[in-house]
Amino acid sequence: MTVAERAAFPDDPHHVGHGAQAEAPGHGAGGPAGKRIVVGYGFWIFLLSDFVLFSCFFAAYAVLRNASAGGPTESRLFDLTTVAAETACLLISSFFGGLASLAAGARQMLWFQAMMGVTFLFGAGFVALEASEFARFIGLGAAPQRSAFLSAFFSLVGCHGIHVSCGLLWLLTMMAQVLAKGFRPDILRRILCFTLFWHALDIVWVGIFTVVYLTGVAP
Amino acid sequence: MTETFDHEHGSGEDTAPGDERLDGSGVAQGIRGYLMGLLLAAGLTAASFYLAQSPWIWPHGVPAALTALAIGQMGVHLVFFLHLTTGPDNTNNVLALAFGVLIVGLIIGGTVWIMYNMNHNMAPMAHMTGPSG
Repeated sequence: MTVAERAAFPDDPHHVGHGAQAEAPGHGAGGPAGKRIVVGYGFWIFLLSDFVLFSCFFAAYAVLRNASAGGPTESRLFDLTTVAAETACLLISSFFGGLASLAAGARQMLWFQAMMGVTFLFGAGFVALEASEFARFIGLGAAPQRSAFLSAFFSLVGCHGIHVSCGLLWLLTMMAQVLAKGFRPDILRRILCFTLFWHALDIVWVGIFTVVYLTGVAP
Repeated sequence: MTETFDHEHGSGEDTAPGDERLDGSGVAQGIRGYLMGLLLAAGLTAASFYLAQSPWIWPHGVPAALTALAIGQMGVHLVFFLHLTTGPDNTNNVLALAFGVLIVGLIIGGTVWIMYNMNHNMAPMAHMTGPSG
């Protein structure tokens, strides 16, 4: 927006009320939005609905966290070293996912594939750590059927783990599609959706390590 | 109908969620943003893990501190990784997010509130919580 445009509406610098004249965004005044915006927005709505899904599992966990039925409790099971490693894996993976989307925007095939490869490795590391954690719990007799607390734990954390595993499959698909079809607009839109998905999973994990693990072991 | 990636970055248009409006040095600027996000998120995560086991905080204050740090980190992710801004091109994205936060807050807050009250009004169930129950 130019200074002159801004000066024309001193009370409304962002032209919220002057869409027709200024083609302000968000009002459809500039014509239908581009496909990338529509696709990204639709996927954003899906992600928000995914957050709502997770919020139900979070609510169930918050209610049932003390219902251990005489079995293993949070503070006896959780090992913060593993959780810290999982958190680091997912955060670094999210960072390299962002770099991959930059590489895609710059049409750099080699960089894109390399960054996606690193994203995959850290994401796979997260899933492996989580799987070994689950195996350790079940070995200790803390299986999902042991108590309501463990049912809620495995459904919340497991639901996130399934999301990450599906994301890894999606990631490999995107690497293959870019290799086979190049940086076509439709492929770039899929990459946009994938990076949104990947960052959103990291946001859910922030909630999980705070609510489940850290609050669980706090004095 | 031709459509390119760069067309969507023209001024006066909405921004797709996750897209960043880069003006200037492009990729270098983008990398700087992600690096900043990574550092901030790592710092907030480290603070959370430290606080959870730290003897320096009043135990009853720990959940509140952890909640504040988590909300801060979610904000860092939204701004630096998902590129949500307060600009007019992001109005739709932010409004959708606000609605999502409202629903999530209603579900979690409402559930915890109602279930706390129900537990409070229940008869003591100590004899049912043992392993044989």
